[in-house]
Amino acid sequence: MRPMRFQRFLLACAAGLALCSVARAQLTVEITGAGANRLPVAIADFTGERIVAQALTSVVRADLERSGLFRLVDAGGPLADNATPPFEDLKSRGADVVAGGSVATAADGRYETRVRLSDVQKQAVLGNPAYLHTGAQLRATAHRIADFIYEKLTGEPGVFSTRIAYVVKSTGRYELKIADADGANDQAALASREPIISPAWSPDGSKLAYVSFEAKKPVVYVHDLASGRRHVAANFKGSNSAPAWSPDGKQLAVVLTKDGSSQLYVVNADGSGVTRVATSSGIDTEPRWAPDGGFIYFTSDRGGSPQIYRIARSGGNAERVTFEGSYNVTPRLSPDGKSMAFIARNGGRFQLALMDLASKQTQILTDSTKDESPSFAPNGRMILYATEIGGRGVLAAVSSDGRVKQKLSVQAADVREPAWGPLVR
Amino acid sequence: MRALISLPIAALLLAACGSQPPAPEQNPAGVESRSPGAVKVETPPVAQVKPQQFDPGSIAALKDPKSPLSKRSIYFDYDSYVVKDEFQSLLTAHGKFLAANPKMKMLIQGNADERGSREYNLALGQKRAEAVRKALALTGAREEQIEAVSLGEEKPACTESSEECWAKNRRGDMLYSGEF
Repeated sequence: MRPMRFQRFLLACAAGLALCSVARAQLTVEITGAGANRLPVAIADFTGERIVAQALTSVVRADLERSGLFRLVDAGGPLADNATPPFEDLKSRGADVVAGGSVATAADGRYETRVRLSDVQKQAVLGNPAYLHTGAQLRATAHRIADFIYEKLTGEPGVFSTRIAYVVKSTGRYELKIADADGANDQAALASREPIISPAWSPDGSKLAYVSFEAKKPVVYVHDLASGRRHVAANFKGSNSAPAWSPDGKQLAVVLTKDGSSQLYVVNADGSGVTRVATSSGIDTEPRWAPDGGFIYFTSDRGGSPQIYRIARSGGNAERVTFEGSYNVTPRLSPDGKSMAFIARNGGRFQLALMDLASKQTQILTDSTKDESPSFAPNGRMILYATEIGGRGVLAAVSSDGRVKQKLSVQAADVREPAWGPLVR
Repeated sequence: MRALISLPIAALLLAACGSQPPAPEQNPAGVESRSPGAVKVETPPVAQVKPQQFDPGSIAALKDPKSPLSKRSIYFDYDSYVVKDEFQSLLTAHGKFLAANPKMKMLIQGNADERGSREYNLALGQKRAEAVRKALALTGAREEQIEAVSLGEEKPACTESSEECWAKNRRGDMLYSGEF
């Protein structure tokens, strides 16, 4: 029995679990603010393979807690998926919802994990999914379970199974990293002595477009993550930067300087067919497609100071979107297209702001001073951004209502340029 | 930065001194100044053309601390890409040098301080590089000799968060063939 257990422990370690305390330069997430009315949820220890079940449930709990929408309640003991939960006891513990589960070894050596989510007040089953997975897929399975619970309870898709991209700068070295949304399983897609900026996920999550300075000037690349193969998407005379994918994933809006100052163009994702989108005598940059593809939002100093504008993809005149203040940059549309995150300068402080596009009402979401590069979670609930704490670059996330706050940092390195990947289908 | 670029320059000088014929005494850019309307006689080239035929006298000036050509950086005000008057004579010297050495190429790198958006700062650095390029073109540098690019806020000369430091980072750098 003992060697068997040990083997599983190793498997769990291979999956990069916290309980193995493997030293890695991984993002650590710290919760610094939570929602006002958090739903009390009990996630019981799953039954079955103890080491595996513990590892699973700890990740599920951490995911739900990090979202800031749930308050974890002690379930009082393990609970199998096929057992009736002790509803009266759970009620007295203050839980509104309970999840139990079981982990069993399947015939082929994989695991089968079954989950049951129940409403404590109504004593009713909310769902009971099952997952077949290997030991290496433990964390991924836990994220799937957390996504299931999140969606059942909030009506919105969970984003625990998504990935994020970001750039880590250590002395003389830049790494473009891909990690799970909780910072685990980080992998470098590119390591370079020259800067890397502006990573952008293709809508299907298979590719990243980014700007690398490895040729001593900014060049836009498209990088296929599974194969590691990449191609140049824009390398014209001058600078090439700010790639943004069209919603169908076929084109990139880019900023080129081949005809003078920074201007907006669209190229096919393979780098062919460059066409100009907008014309100004000053700077146009940071294009971002609206989710329906109708408009391209961008930053321009055509009015004298950097402000956000939008232009219809079909052509026509650019229309100014921001008016308050003298520095509003980096537009990022929410997945539903109804609001826009951007960076506003207020008395020398660069802060993350959110505008409701219909009412133009704007809310400053942070109290920091060097916010940059906002990126929406694909369910629109959180905004990931770069900021600085104690002179070091960190990533932070804030809910679109400003209440839930997280900090993601890497020891002894600068983290910047975050981009939240799409939902996993 | 200076220390880093001195090596390729030295190599360039050695190559130039070792194998070049004496520099023509007339303006070496004279090949382009044909009288208008003159019929161009097509003669297959016989003369040996080496990739870099620079005037060794002028090349030395690039490193001579007494020559204005040894100065390669100009500085800008916050959120501005206007070349200040104090740098006009420096840009004129470089423009004339490029005109006199048509095979010499230059990469102009525009830079910005760290405040604000990386991409906007990249565009700002491009505007600064472009301002330098235009000034050089006005004094004789040819379009194909110069490329203006931006490094944005990514390659600061000074890394502290102070006005003194930021001023050093709002910069246009001129790099000659062999230096980039």
